[in-house]
Amino acid sequence: MLILIVGCGRVGSSLARTMLADGHQVSCLDEDPDSHARLELGLDSSWEDAGGQFTVGTGLELDALLTAGIEDADVFVASTNGDNTNIVIAQIAQLRFRVETVITRILDPYRAEWYEKQGLRTICPTRTAIEMLEHDLKEIAAARPQEAYDGG
Amino acid sequence: MDNGGSRERDYMLIVGAGKVGWNLTRELIDKGNEVTLIEADRERYLTVEQELEHRVLYGDASELWVLERAGIGRASMVIAVTGDDEDNLLICQVAKDKYGVDRVIARVNNPRNRQHFELLGVKPYVSATDLILRLIEREVPRYGLVHLLDLADAKIEIIDLLIGEHAPVVGKRVDELEMPKGSLLISVLRDGTGFVPTADTTLTAGDEVLAVLDPRVEDELTQYLGVDEGTAIDRTPS
Repeated sequence: MLILIVGCGRVGSSLARTMLADGHQVSCLDEDPDSHARLELGLDSSWEDAGGQFTVGTGLELDALLTAGIEDADVFVASTNGDNTNIVIAQIAQLRFRVETVITRILDPYRAEWYEKQGLRTICPTRTAIEMLEHDLKEIAAARPQEAYDGG
Repeated sequence: MDNGGSRERDYMLIVGAGKVGWNLTRELIDKGNEVTLIEADRERYLTVEQELEHRVLYGDASELWVLERAGIGRASMVIAVTGDDEDNLLICQVAKDKYGVDRVIARVNNPRNRQHFELLGVKPYVSATDLILRLIEREVPRYGLVHLLDLADAKIEIIDLLIGEHAPVVGKRVDELEMPKGSLLISVLRDGTGFVPTADTTLTAGDEVLAVLDPRVEDELTQYLGVDEGTAIDRTPS
């Protein structure tokens, strides 16, 4: 399986290493050449020697996407640090290149929800954080005596 | 907040209070439209707010609640003219597909991104009024040539270019020009004033001209009007 990851920050680079270690082909695209170093964190060899691919460019540049191998990609992950960028490039991958599986990171919960309905597979870390915090807080609240509600 | 369905005037949302957005808002208000301008930069918002007051709203129009607070539900037109193509693209996409806005106009800053607008079905809606309003735009480009408008379906585009110092057309009258077939000079911006050239208008170096043309003669026209060598030209490969 060829996985193309656009946006090689903390999320993208970690994902890339994991999937490479699992034996998949992984290609990363990032506009910042320095992000290559992040891919090699904890690796004994270089990213390329480990079998990975890295391309400098943005997801809006068709040339960069082609170099990164989008035409052969089975999975496309949009994980840059910008919601707008992710939403646009995910749609490019889906509509122009017909990548089979496209996953998009969208921080804004409302837009994540709407684009999900439009057929984009989305991951919303904000929503996840809210749900986890709510869950924790409710547990904490339930374990405490109900002093605040006396005489409710 | 719901004002009901029937309205006499169009309600327009403009996103991005740069030179284009601000001037457009002013002109559209003068023409009797109800307009709200949305600006995401606090400093810029405060500057513009001194003139436009309640008609400018502070917020990031990429966020749905900002659009909703601006009343997108009753807007008949959304014009996204920020300096960021991704913002313009998604604001128009959401306006059209989520809120059912009939007409959207998106500004394309980088001509290379035109294909993405096309792909997502966000097409500029163009009228004569828009062309006139665009003359007001005084953003002299760093590039020799700027695509203002691209009617891909009609195979017509409008470009903005600067007459170079050594251009062969400097000092020539309009009726002496040998414009490539399929191109037409529609306006000249000189010393901050835009006008429609006549046969006896003489072109000078530093004139910023707008031309409407068949995209196929773009190279020919650019060479003919003589963008100075070394000037960066940002252009979509054909």
